Amino acid sequence: MLSYALRRIAGTVPTLLVIISVSFCVVRLAPGGPFAQEQALPPPVRANLERLYGLDEPLTVQYAHYLRGLLRGDFGPSLRQRDFTVSELIAQGLPLSATLGLAAILLAVLTGVPAGILAALWRNRAADYCITTLAAVALALPSFVTGPLFALLFGLYLRWLPVAGWQHGAPRYLVLPVLTLALPVAAYLARLTRASLLEVLAAHYVLSARARGLGAARVLWRHALRPALMPVVSYLGPAVAFVMTGSLVVETVFGLPGTGRYLVEGAIDRDYPLVMGMVVVYGALTLLLNLIADLIYGALDPGVRRE
Amino acid sequence: MPSIRASAEAAAAPAVLSLSGLTVTFDTPRGRITAARDVTLAVERGECLGVVGESGAGKSQVFLAVLGLLAANGRAQGSARFLGTELLKLAPAALDRVRGAGIGMVFQDPMTSLTPHLTVGGQIAEVIRRHRGVGRAAAHAAALTLLERVQVSDPERRMQQYPHELSGGLRQRVMIAIALSSEPQLLIADEPTTSLDVTVQAQILALLAELKRERAMGMVLITHDLGAVAGVADRVAVLREGCIVETGPVAAVLKTPRDPYTRTLLRDTPRLDADGAPPGAAAAPPGSPAALRLTDLTVRFNVGRGWFGPHARLTAVSAVSLELYAGESLGVVGESGAGKSTLVRAALQLLRPAAGRVVWMGQALADLPQGVLRALRRDLQIIFQDPLGSLDPRMTVGEIVGEPLRVHAPHLDRAARAAQLAAVLRRVGLTAELASRYPHELSGGQCQRVGIARATILKPRLLICDEPVSALDVPTQQQIVTLLAHLKRESDMCLLFVSHNLALVRQLCERVLVLYLGRMMELAPAHSLYTRPRHPYTRELLAAVPIPDPDIQPARLARARPGEPPSPLSPPSGCVYRTRCPHAAPVCAERIPEWEELPDTRRVACHRWRELP
Repeated sequence: MLSYALRRIAGTVPTLLVIISVSFCVVRLAPGGPFAQEQALPPPVRANLERLYGLDEPLTVQYAHYLRGLLRGDFGPSLRQRDFTVSELIAQGLPLSATLGLAAILLAVLTGVPAGILAALWRNRAADYCITTLAAVALALPSFVTGPLFALLFGLYLRWLPVAGWQHGAPRYLVLPVLTLALPVAAYLARLTRASLLEVLAAHYVLSARARGLGAARVLWRHALRPALMPVVSYLGPAVAFVMTGSLVVETVFGLPGTGRYLVEGAIDRDYPLVMGMVVVYGALTLLLNLIADLIYGALDPGVRRE
Repeated sequence: MPSIRASAEAAAAPAVLSLSGLTVTFDTPRGRITAARDVTLAVERGECLGVVGESGAGKSQVFLAVLGLLAANGRAQGSARFLGTELLKLAPAALDRVRGAGIGMVFQDPMTSLTPHLTVGGQIAEVIRRHRGVGRAAAHAAALTLLERVQVSDPERRMQQYPHELSGGLRQRVMIAIALSSEPQLLIADEPTTSLDVTVQAQILALLAELKRERAMGMVLITHDLGAVAGVADRVAVLREGCIVETGPVAAVLKTPRDPYTRTLLRDTPRLDADGAPPGAAAAPPGSPAALRLTDLTVRFNVGRGWFGPHARLTAVSAVSLELYAGESLGVVGESGAGKSTLVRAALQLLRPAAGRVVWMGQALADLPQGVLRALRRDLQIIFQDPLGSLDPRMTVGEIVGEPLRVHAPHLDRAARAAQLAAVLRRVGLTAELASRYPHELSGGQCQRVGIARATILKPRLLICDEPVSALDVPTQQQIVTLLAHLKRESDMCLLFVSHNLALVRQLCERVLVLYLGRMMELAPAHSLYTRPRHPYTRELLAAVPIPDPDIQPARLARARPGEPPSPLSPPSGCVYRTRCPHAAPVCAERIPEWEELPDTRRVACHRWRELP
């Protein structure tokens, strides 16, 4: 198991390198640049700025320079948020985004998976229809609708929770953003779990286990649930990475200083180091979580471990 | 009064299982379907009831209903009494104390009937703990004893293994061990041998027959194979479209069947001991050039770790040579893993051989440029095992069958194509209106006819059939084999027929090649192979084929030899068959036997064939 994990980690290095190289090229190929604003800078000023940040060098030199920086853990300076390095920006925002994301995933798993199991066990009965309908609605509503709705309901009318802000991570302030982030994930998990469990419940080995008189609870718990959760695990890997790096919409709606906006703002502003920094963090996180998902997969199914 | 009644009942000894007026229905969006109608039967202690019929006859549904395992839309009416207890009215918890305890069940497909993520030992012990109420250690010990009883070698190690690590035969033994784990009074085996090799089939059936005698339990053997019934059952019930059409002692039903349907079933079951010689020797005059010639064909696969670890090399086919003459049909037989499918795929260059040559009509196929080979493929056609899986689900039957014409005869206009399509559909026994249907709307037999139509629309000169009927019912198998024989007689194409069913091969082939672990064991004209097999492996295969005759089959079963082929990753030294051979001598481990030609044109690879009786 350990050697398998080490081999997989070694295998992620080339993948990450490809991600970095492709995004480096794509970001530079986009028209415009960090200093192309509505009001054009005087050419000498601009040339000075570009020389300062090394943007006048050939692309290959810039690329090599960037990779060397990465090896030292240096993402470079932000071109638009003066006086901040990208590392500082990410270090400030990521803990908040990651906390929000992890809490949201936890909530989604704890509600979505049991809801899916119940729906599958009560297939085509009232509870199943309720759960599947709710899940469909929750999936269809975008966060920029549910977020303000929650803020209105729980913040303004019921006055249970603050509408926005974060107060350095006070739990009360995180409830609504977490709820908003978790809702579509929980809905998707419920649907995924339901479909997967229904398929497993129709499998021969479940029929065979029932024919041994093992009892419904044991058949579900020991024979059906593990294989049914495999698609859930493989979905959760990338989903966790996505949610942890922050959501622009949720952070904007609730006024939270996370990292979700950096990817979008950095791309619009052509803040090359900021975009690249976010890409590297997101890419590495995705690879790491996929690896964890695969390891869990192996624990769930001995057939995978053999491969 | 009550005591007299009780003793009277005891004297009558209630049947282990008695069904009366059992009707099984399913509610579907298209209305109610009746899977079984008014089924009445009884199984006594120490007796095996064979339940036979085609797939869709409702055999399985009757017994799933007995165990309360019908799908959610299924409903059972009537009565099903187990030792006097009405099962159909039992509460779920009470039913769970009967299932797996009083009644053990063995399902058809051991591949999919064991839970993949739990160890074999865990799954056996689980049932023992549940029904016998013993602790972990006692359950483990009992599971070991059971595995030994069902003749699983190295049971301690098997306990730790997962189902995918075991062969099909071992998995079915584990299933039987689980079914026996709480000493049931009734064992229901639903097609327990259908997906297994003929040798393993015989072993499993022999084990079931032994267990029935030893434990004096009732047994139900659900099958479409009358040969299996003849070896194990005491009485037989024949089901057709959900109704029992005939029931009686096995000898009476198989020897003097009363119902026309039973007679049809019997007629369609191929027999090794049938009257009439198999097809005569090849029509080709000696000295005429072979149409297809394989020389020392060897195929290897890389298996195992692909990352940084080394590959293991598996030799699937090892130095196979044969020639096939125009108009001849050659059977290729052997257990799974013998390399049969690999051999025919390599012959068609669908797989790249590691060594050896394939020569078709004087041309070495490997030397031909891709374009030439593709044009040549109109002469070389193949039918696969899985009738439905080898048809594109998004194409209609007409499109599937007509596709070869569009590729190989693009000059044909629409009318000419339609005419050929209609002709070939007629030839394979399909009606013209099926042309607009999709594969999933057809039965298995119809799907295989579509495959045959697609392969023969171009009038190929070589037709390869790779286990074409092993996924079909016995009566349908017979129809397909009859069709193939007919098509072959009509044209002078060569037929390469791969099968593990020697009784079927006997009907169709003039010569037979026996493969074991990728090596040739024996190649002989069918007549001499079936009447006087030389190689011990050929003898074992022939002995394992069930014969639907209750007078001889039980004794044949009792002689079933144990053992399964070893892993092709580490074949035995010398003669690969020696580890299972009853006649193995020291020399067999030392040298690979030569491929000897006998006077009567047969060839055999065995050190000891001369000394054998």
